[in-house]
Amino acid sequence: MSSLHTNTPYELTLAAGRVEKNYWRDLWRYRELFQVLAWRDISVRYKQTVAGVAWALIRPFVTIAVLTVVFGKLAQLPSDGNTPYPLMVFAGMLPWMFLSSTLSDASNSLINSANLISKVYFPRLIVPAATICAGLIDLAISFVALLILMAWYLYLPGPQILLFPLFVLLAIVSTLGPSLWISAVNVRYRDFRHLVPFAIQIGFYASPVGFSSNVIPEQYRLWYSLNPIVGIIDGFRWCILGNQSPLYFPGLLVSITFSILFLALGIRRFRKVERQFADLI
Amino acid sequence: MITIRELGKSYLLGHQESSSSLSMDLRESFTAGIRRTARNAWHAISGRQLIQGDTIEEFWAIKDINLDVNQGEVIGIIGRNGAGKSTLLKILSRITEPTLGYVTLRGRVASLLEVGTGFHSELTGRENVFLNGAILGMNRAEIRSKFDEIVEFAGVQRFLDTPVKRYSSGMYVRLAFAVAAHLEPEILVVDEVLAVGDADFQKKCLGKMQDVAAGGRTVLFVSHNMTTVRALTQKCVWLKSGRLMAFEPTAQAIDRYLSDGLAEATRGVSLDYFRRDLRPDSPVRIVEIAVSGHDKQGDKIPTIEDGEFRQVAISIQSDIPVESAKISLLLKRDGEDTVCCLYSSDGGDVIRLSPGMNLVKCTLPRLHLPSGRFTIGMGVSPRTDSPIIDVIQDYPLFESRLRGAENGTLEYATRPWGAVFLPDARWEVVAHDSR
Repeated sequence: MSSLHTNTPYELTLAAGRVEKNYWRDLWRYRELFQVLAWRDISVRYKQTVAGVAWALIRPFVTIAVLTVVFGKLAQLPSDGNTPYPLMVFAGMLPWMFLSSTLSDASNSLINSANLISKVYFPRLIVPAATICAGLIDLAISFVALLILMAWYLYLPGPQILLFPLFVLLAIVSTLGPSLWISAVNVRYRDFRHLVPFAIQIGFYASPVGFSSNVIPEQYRLWYSLNPIVGIIDGFRWCILGNQSPLYFPGLLVSITFSILFLALGIRRFRKVERQFADLI
Repeated sequence: MITIRELGKSYLLGHQESSSSLSMDLRESFTAGIRRTARNAWHAISGRQLIQGDTIEEFWAIKDINLDVNQGEVIGIIGRNGAGKSTLLKILSRITEPTLGYVTLRGRVASLLEVGTGFHSELTGRENVFLNGAILGMNRAEIRSKFDEIVEFAGVQRFLDTPVKRYSSGMYVRLAFAVAAHLEPEILVVDEVLAVGDADFQKKCLGKMQDVAAGGRTVLFVSHNMTTVRALTQKCVWLKSGRLMAFEPTAQAIDRYLSDGLAEATRGVSLDYFRRDLRPDSPVRIVEIAVSGHDKQGDKIPTIEDGEFRQVAISIQSDIPVESAKISLLLKRDGEDTVCCLYSSDGGDVIRLSPGMNLVKCTLPRLHLPSGRFTIGMGVSPRTDSPIIDVIQDYPLFESRLRGAENGTLEYATRPWGAVFLPDARWEVVAHDSR
């Protein structure tokens, strides 16, 4: 039987400012739409491109090459322990590319789905959430590439690699909150469309993507970790490179706290304005 | 099934204080700009909506709507453009929320406000069926079980694995409608989406809609096509300027709606009311339409005895010289039956317009018309092969009275009066005033 006609009597009242009591149940009911939208985002991503899925590899590899030359060779920055510099950069690139691309895709996701939002009802949360799936696919492809690069350098990951899924989860949570917040606000104030690419560019240099966070003097380390991305990148590096890149726990805690806090704020903000999307978009 | 109480929805509109920026001097417009930016910033901080313009007006798209719809009823919603029909549908389908009042829905709602919502041009027909189905609220098992039926209904079997961007527009809408037609919610909300495809496909769509209605589902249906509304619905909601004017059996509601349109026109509403703004700055404009010899008397449209309708006089204001214009004429009875659709170019008549006011006459042979209210649609193209640049739609022209006793009998009311008829017309420019 379809989800549309379950036999339970279904009654719904629509009125101004009414908080829906079965919001989360509704979200669950629309899980198939979530899957379909995620699948759509993924399958149209590389249509009518010559390189196709290879783009998911070309981008990180070229970036890594540039970063290795600029930070590793020209600026002579140290790597973590004795890990090869490109490997260290790749381990940091993994979460950074995921965070930055999902944040920019998700921020514009509602505006790009304006035709859906003004014509059909569904829990709006699905739209920015589905864009994260496309980012996850790219992350998976990059991860495989990383494994190949590690094999090239004959670098064996430690047992921490088993915790990798947990750090991916942390990355998802940390990007979901701001994504929801920005996508919701973006509907009303399109300023964010200009602000987000700019913020991502700044974030790239403010976060330890091209260099190791060990180059930050010890006394500033905690302050530096107030940038929640630092904890996530360090976590990924620890996971992949092992004890060559020791985990800085206070930083990780800051990241976890911020991620959860932003998620709560993001959801709250989103729910508050989502009923007006159709009028504003 | 549906209970609507005191429902209202308002929007905020912004107005420009000064209509022309030239009339403001630089300093004035500068301070106005600063004021506007400051206001926008303040609204942004306080979380309010951004509105372009100097002053803000609250506009009620619909107000004070009370309505009860029972299970299995098929309800038509009629009214002019901007009467609030779409707003009502949007509230019912949960796309937007009301400002005042409430709606209680007992049963799941599916809405069909547009054909092919969410279709992605890069995806194939097959993929789009699943995508669109999910967007409309079907789950995968349901779509899979109906897949063959949908494809057959659309008639696109051969192109299932072709991206829909390669489809002809006809195939595209057929596939889109086919998905929607296989929805099975308890309450179905449909906007004017049946007017797609060719005549054959429309017939198929109407048949499908009738099946849906017969299946005991509640349907709300917006249309401008009175024939369709009559065929599909038992009761109608008539909306006018956001207010509920009538909720009664279809025949009555349509009758009141149509006579209101006429009354409106005779109450001195200008021709502009019926103008469709294709190009607001159109260099060629129709400024008056009348039946020759029957000028509008005060606030009544002329009543014409059968056979006396012989000539239409059209005043056209032109800003440019036009070598050979094409004027189209669409005469309808009671807003639905097309009597005739003529082009001035049909018989090779050349319509040359000079800058200023031109009086064009279209002379018809003797037409026997049944009683009824006749409306005219007219369009002008500056060349016989170029698109229409000014359009007047459904402008009430006259009321016709058939001589004889059968007027008003049941036999008369139910008699089919025929369809399109193409009389030989003669078109000519009869006067010109270069003012």
